[in-house]
Amino acid sequence: MIAEIGLAALWLAAALAVLQMVSGAFALKAAEGEVNPLAIYARPAAVVQAALAVLAFVMLLYAFAVTDLSIKLVASNSHSMKPFIYKLTGTWGNHEGSMLLWVGVLALSGGMLAAFERRLPERTMGATLAVQGFVALGFYAFLLLSSNPFERLPVPAAEGSGLNPLLQDIGLAIHPPTLYAGYVGLSVAFSLAMGALLTREVNPAFARVMRPWVLGAWVLLTFGITAGSYWAYYELGWGGWWFWDPVENASLMPWLAATALMHSVSVLAARDALRTWTIMLGVLAFSMSMLGTFLVRSGVLTSVHAFAVDPERGAFILGLLGLYIGGAFTIFALRAGAVAEGKRFAVTSREGALVFNNVMLSAILAIVLLGTLYPLLTEAFDVRVSVGPPYFNPASAIFAIPMFLVMAVGPLLRWRSDKPARIQFEMLLLASLLIAVIALVSFFGSYPFLPLLGLGLAAALAVAAVLPLRGRKLARVPVATWGMVLAHFGVAVALFGMACEGAFSEERLAAVAPGGTEQIGDFAVTLESVAPVAGPNWTAIEARLAVRQDGGAPVLLNPQARSFWSPPQSTSESALLTKWNGQLYAVIGNQAEDGRWQIRLWWKPFVTFIWYGGLLIALGGILSIAGRVRVDVKRRAAIAKGAQRRADLDALGGVPAPVPAE
Amino acid sequence: MRSRLILWVPLALFAFFAGLAAFMLTQEKDQFVESTMIGRPLPDFALDPAFEGLPGAAKADFGGEPKLLNIWASWCTPCIAEAPQLEALKAQGAQIIGIAIRDRPEDVARFLARYGNPYTRIGSDPISEVQLGIGSSGVPETFVIDGKGVIRYQHIGDIRESDVPVLLAELEKAR
Repeated sequence: MIAEIGLAALWLAAALAVLQMVSGAFALKAAEGEVNPLAIYARPAAVVQAALAVLAFVMLLYAFAVTDLSIKLVASNSHSMKPFIYKLTGTWGNHEGSMLLWVGVLALSGGMLAAFERRLPERTMGATLAVQGFVALGFYAFLLLSSNPFERLPVPAAEGSGLNPLLQDIGLAIHPPTLYAGYVGLSVAFSLAMGALLTREVNPAFARVMRPWVLGAWVLLTFGITAGSYWAYYELGWGGWWFWDPVENASLMPWLAATALMHSVSVLAARDALRTWTIMLGVLAFSMSMLGTFLVRSGVLTSVHAFAVDPERGAFILGLLGLYIGGAFTIFALRAGAVAEGKRFAVTSREGALVFNNVMLSAILAIVLLGTLYPLLTEAFDVRVSVGPPYFNPASAIFAIPMFLVMAVGPLLRWRSDKPARIQFEMLLLASLLIAVIALVSFFGSYPFLPLLGLGLAAALAVAAVLPLRGRKLARVPVATWGMVLAHFGVAVALFGMACEGAFSEERLAAVAPGGTEQIGDFAVTLESVAPVAGPNWTAIEARLAVRQDGGAPVLLNPQARSFWSPPQSTSESALLTKWNGQLYAVIGNQAEDGRWQIRLWWKPFVTFIWYGGLLIALGGILSIAGRVRVDVKRRAAIAKGAQRRADLDALGGVPAPVPAE
Repeated sequence: MRSRLILWVPLALFAFFAGLAAFMLTQEKDQFVESTMIGRPLPDFALDPAFEGLPGAAKADFGGEPKLLNIWASWCTPCIAEAPQLEALKAQGAQIIGIAIRDRPEDVARFLARYGNPYTRIGSDPISEVQLGIGSSGVPETFVIDGKGVIRYQHIGDIRESDVPVLLAELEKAR
């Protein structure tokens, strides 16, 4: 019954998406300030659709929780012996389940928009919900016609075939759902952008409605990418934290677009500038989420992380992509000219700096997009290539470096128009800091240029991040400004971690006999023994490594080489020793014929700062949302209070009522 | 008018991508144009070692047993995907000589440490000279070379699990 309830809920949700789309479209037929009678169904349809989509997902979650082997998806992706938590995460560790999660979050955010958003004009709201319904409908069609998650087996399976062991990790419990929620949050920004474009209502009020969705999606993407990077770092066992893999790029590209969009929507909300640019980025950000899904799911590119690939499904998603993105860009081309330009500003102004950084972010996005798609392009000419770090690192650095420089001084500039001479002192301070750090570090050794520059930039950015607070009463600084300060400081922290990892990492690959000791950094690592261990659905060989720092008390590390039996696959479980100033990373490899074991060790100074930085950036975003919400609630309360006073005044016949002291 | 035209640029770029992706989806994944060098002997070459751990590669290394010639690079993602298959081929007796394209010794060593080392020799081809000489245009590619140094078979792209028996059979045929 469970599967049938889930399937029925999905069909009903799809029907409601049609209703939402048609009813919302009628809103456009209404005259200014009026509501078309047929448009009133859009909001309730969105809310009920959200409930049904969530119900469908809960049903699938339940089927995985009890390992219902009569459902094909459960039988092919789960196993009764699997730990309970991984049974649950298995729900979205596969193609159908992840698409259901995607559409569930999409419907939920559409429902929330419909239920809580009252500031937008009804026409724009209707158009937005129509677009949101249209987007959702495509995904329902995809699930119901091509990847039904609730398909039954003619005969229930005796046992399931397991979950890709790489996915059997707690990192998976949080990483993809976070990214998905971020992607889907961008779908709301997309619908809002299209809605505003259709009604030509691109103005600060619209930007204030869009901003929390963009901020929220951006926070989730930041968090998801940070978590994903750390997951790849410790789970894949190769000691790196970013490989420019197509799947990684698929999450980075929407983040880059969302970062640009977030800044541009703030300018639109505060200064009524960058109207067309904001709409363009709104379309682009969601396009990048869709493109990422397409690249990951269709199998057109080879990746170390692509888990569920199928060209036919790829064709379906490509069709959706053409419909949404092609349609959006067509409307954009037809309508954007009709959106009046916003306020003007000088080149040297806060707006000018933000535009510059948006252009740099877009350039980096183009670089990543080109690098990701280039293999696809050459393959069309029967040439298979792989584009890797030798392309991405220098190419993106060309745009990232000027971006960081402008990012340092941008928040110090005034809105609309400013003179560089006014912030002479700050610029001088930052420049000398940059040069001093590079000179100081080069003095102690020779290091590659990019990490060195990264160190200097990190120092300058860290100081620049807090400079906007200079000379202000800290208690009166808006919470949203604290958010910006924290996020920019997080960028400096992450950059510091990346630069240190790049410049100062030490690596050792050694064949060690039990009892033998290897030296790396300040650490003496002794291989005490290697023994087999068994887990719930795997066996492993586990090394006992005693790590002594400067001859201190030993700490045990236990890297494993695991073998899963269902499906058969081996993974390398790295062991990490985290210190405040870095991580010791240990991996056990194969046994040589002479009985010695291959041990790989890395000492990575301050590598953890990469992820701390990511978390700070996300936290900055959260603060920013909280600040905006607080201001919004206060404003509403003030308006309500004002209305109350006016009513009281009227009741008293024009005599002012005594106002209680606050 | 100029600014109106700019508004169509995103659509044009997207249309190009969509066309390309649609074309790629309709392509059979394994239909590749074969090297014109098949059936011909290897060109003369002698490459320096790609890193300290293994000797370099030269034409003279091909002879006697048929061998696999694997063109790869440490910066190539599909090469990671095919690493387990190369290990499987080695385990079933195939001798694999590698040529690392546009690579650096420390990166080669790191890649082999991470993903396993199935090679008996690896030559370094910093300017793709040998790669182009034998009619390979990308990484990874794998050639079957018979006992007389003649190219018998070309596999383009990463080796999937299903390709392993094919390559073993080609090695047997080249005997």
